[in-house]
Amino acid sequence: MGLGGGDVMNIAVTGDDLVVVRDVGKTFSEAGGLVFGRAQPSVRAVDGASFEVKRGETLALVGESGCGKSTLGRLLLRLIDASEGEIAIDGVDILRLSSNDMRQMRARVQMIFQDPYGSLSPRRSVAKIIAEPLEIFGLVQSRKQRRDRVAELMIQVGLSPTFMDRYPRQFSGGQRQRIGIARAIAVDPQFIVADEPVSALDVSVQAQIVNLMQDLQKSRGFSYLFIAHDLSVVRHIADRVAVMYLGRIVEIGPKRRIYDFPSHPYTQALLSAVPEPDPETRKSRIILKGDVPSPANDPTGCSFHTRCPIAQPICRAERPPLLETASGHLAACHFAKPHPIPL
Amino acid sequence: MTILPGSVGTLSASDDIEHAIAPEPGRTALLKDMLFGQASTIFAFSVVVIFLLVAILAPWLAPYDPLAQSILSINKQPSWAHWLGTDQFGRDVLSRMIHGSRNSLLFGLISPALAAFFGTILGVTAGYFGGVIDRVISRVVDLLLAFPELLLAIMIAAVLGGAFWNIIAVITVAFVPGFARVARASTLAVKQEPYIEAAVAVGLRTPTIIIRHVIPNIAAPILVLMTLWVASAIRLEASLSFLGIGTRAPNPSWGNIIRDGLNNLFGSPWPIIAAGFAITCVVLSFNLMGDAVRDVLDPETTR
Amino acid sequence: MTIAPSLSRQQPAASVHPGPLLKVEDLSIEFGPKGTAVRVVEGVSFTIDTGAAVGIVGESGSGKSMTSLAVMGLIPSPPGRIATGRILFEGVDLLGLPRSRMPEIRGRDIAMIFQEPMSSLNPVMTIGDQIGEAIKLHQKMGREERRQRVVELLKLVGIPDPERRLGAYPHQFSGGMRQRVMIAMAVACNPKLLIADEPTTALDVTIQAQVLELMHKIRRTLNTTILLISHDLGVIADICERVIVMYAGKVVEDADVKTIFRSPKHPYTRGLLQSIPRLKDENTRLYQIPGMVPLPGTIKQGCPFFPRCPDRIDKCARETPPLLEITPQQKAACWVSAGATS
Repeated sequence: MGLGGGDVMNIAVTGDDLVVVRDVGKTFSEAGGLVFGRAQPSVRAVDGASFEVKRGETLALVGESGCGKSTLGRLLLRLIDASEGEIAIDGVDILRLSSNDMRQMRARVQMIFQDPYGSLSPRRSVAKIIAEPLEIFGLVQSRKQRRDRVAELMIQVGLSPTFMDRYPRQFSGGQRQRIGIARAIAVDPQFIVADEPVSALDVSVQAQIVNLMQDLQKSRGFSYLFIAHDLSVVRHIADRVAVMYLGRIVEIGPKRRIYDFPSHPYTQALLSAVPEPDPETRKSRIILKGDVPSPANDPTGCSFHTRCPIAQPICRAERPPLLETASGHLAACHFAKPHPIPL
Repeated sequence: MTILPGSVGTLSASDDIEHAIAPEPGRTALLKDMLFGQASTIFAFSVVVIFLLVAILAPWLAPYDPLAQSILSINKQPSWAHWLGTDQFGRDVLSRMIHGSRNSLLFGLISPALAAFFGTILGVTAGYFGGVIDRVISRVVDLLLAFPELLLAIMIAAVLGGAFWNIIAVITVAFVPGFARVARASTLAVKQEPYIEAAVAVGLRTPTIIIRHVIPNIAAPILVLMTLWVASAIRLEASLSFLGIGTRAPNPSWGNIIRDGLNNLFGSPWPIIAAGFAITCVVLSFNLMGDAVRDVLDPETTR
Repeated sequence: MTIAPSLSRQQPAASVHPGPLLKVEDLSIEFGPKGTAVRVVEGVSFTIDTGAAVGIVGESGSGKSMTSLAVMGLIPSPPGRIATGRILFEGVDLLGLPRSRMPEIRGRDIAMIFQEPMSSLNPVMTIGDQIGEAIKLHQKMGREERRQRVVELLKLVGIPDPERRLGAYPHQFSGGMRQRVMIAMAVACNPKLLIADEPTTALDVTIQAQVLELMHKIRRTLNTTILLISHDLGVIADICERVIVMYAGKVVEDADVKTIFRSPKHPYTRGLLQSIPRLKDENTRLYQIPGMVPLPGTIKQGCPFFPRCPDRIDKCARETPPLLEITPQQKAACWVSAGATS
């Protein structure tokens, strides 16, 4: 493929890390220009994101709408071009690849989308949708080979191959998500970005899809970046969790640590906000005040200080760096402690 | 990459293959339902088919030579010999109508098809790539749109002359901006669909994405517009002929039948009545057909 | 809370009605042309007492939203139609009322909050005017008095600086704020029954927590009876004291919240409870109900859950179980739970 060899990496890649992200940022700005193009205010969607995804691991990226988690996921696949920073996948600096080389790279990185209704082309049969990546990368030669391969993939994601000539509209949301998963795993990728893959599904279907995704990971060994808007599903699939707020990662660490000893007040609020399906243990919730500020006017200092229940003057003045509170557990809070902050 | 047969078994037993999906409405059954479900659609299709047959079989159907003049039978009322009477030169109106349908329908079908083709290319290019390309194409299209189609057609026809292909070109150019606009707007909408991003993520090349995923999904409004503009093209050809730029006398087209008829309105009203009725019928039918086409092409329609 | 008294003052003298506030009896809703119609809701019966908070939980296609729309008289018709049943509100059958009487009841006696706070507000009308309109429809009030009341309502639902926000347009509000405005509109005339159809589904978790808190406050201060429709048992457990579980258009279980979480009697309820991802759960694998919800109209006889049920017996395939009383607090539509054996 001609990748990797010539590219000089500034990033030290250890054998364990499949994806290495360093100081990645994205500013959206609509350039004005030629005959009445209007200039828009620029929006800082992602700021200084740094993390790794290990081989075979699932890193969950959690945050509320507008926090930049989907943008970050797309930056990793270069569906959106990063404004700055470095992203290495399996030692290849993807931000420096030509668009042609990047397309070849897509055989190794795939995506599962949130919207099971919109992410499948409505006028193409299931077989055509699943076979598309196979054809692009020349993995099937004949028509028969293609159909056999599609049938195998459909069985693997729990769909009957008899439906391969049907159209997406006939399938339920869960079934469509299975089709999307079959398409993503068709080329045997190493890394899959799953953008809220179950948030549009019913509870019982959610469980089926999450389990399917785990089974496939177990048998094929790829890594996930699992994007989610709350922490409940994540508990069942993630190895590590990163929490985002207003474009920045505010806490990242092993799953156990994040759930048992959340260090950042935002993570604590997120955990406490999930309504627990158990009336016996009605808990006292941390209710955050107000709304997430618009990324267009990012607060000074710690971006969470406008809603933070424990904010101090320093939080307004100084942005806290992401610092280690325990081994592998980092939080960006002036008052981060290894144990929950009494509220 | 080989898939072991056993890999299926790694899924848990409860992960049954799902055997139920929504029943296929059946495209052909659906098509039948759409075509024959409504009286207006049946009417529209019948009219279009009849007119097409008439145009194709014109030499055999026409009872007289459309150009043959006869001083003995000028401005005759309809009779068994001349069903629609005769005009001021004694020509059989029915025969002229039948032969005229060829010119009118040819203009009516070819120009919108060409305009749709070029308009779609322009519109999709502008919509998909955006930026400077979009601005340049859009401004040119806006410029063309600023002229009334008829005026534009007259201008071009006046320069080029009224040969058959010139008229086709004239009508096509007049219609391209409309198609380009619709194609651009539809492309902008389709481009936002997650399946386009999915196609990029999967690794498709841009031209393939446009051909496979964009164009099929904007085809419906374009086709509907095409059926609507078949009607407009016939009308425009009639207008041009009426103004003396279109089909040259003595060759008949519905447009110049009306023009000639207007000069002779008090001699015999039948040419105008017949040609006017034919144009109205075809225009109405194509409009109704446009609605039906839209219903059939909607992928979410399940009746 | 200082606003509470002034708000309840607006309430018309409570007409004391003996028995439940809402009683739905054998409600069936069909869609499609007669003959080939598909039943999306079948034989649904339940009651809601005054002052209670009842939740209906179910997945998409369970008929929970249709049931609530039927109570509001908002079933799109055609193609929908109420095939059987009665909906008694304070003893009056809403289905028997002439169509023209429904708008009078909607908003004044029964109000509804929808899922989509974005599209449920008119984008070209100010917030103040929209809430004011809701009041104007049902209560005689002077301009200034009405404005005062809108301010009170905005204060009640926690919109900061309400006097200034009166003139704001919906697009100037965030999703959570819009849902607050929707709630203000719904409670503007102090309805006896508030139907909330997935009120927090479109919102972020921290905003959801705020809105749930607000619903508690509304209940406390206005003493409104609440019917909450949700797919999320967590949300229902937070607000309600009774749950109705729906599956494939039928009520499969009806019990108070604590009982249903402690000992669910219908296998579907059990499966649903087990498949919810939980924060406290150490187990990495989620329980999953095999198979999928049947398409409407595909199950002709027997229990609708039969094909997916782990506990099924022969009887389940033949006879549809009615909602059977297991204990006085708990009803379930299951032959096995009711004591039948194979």
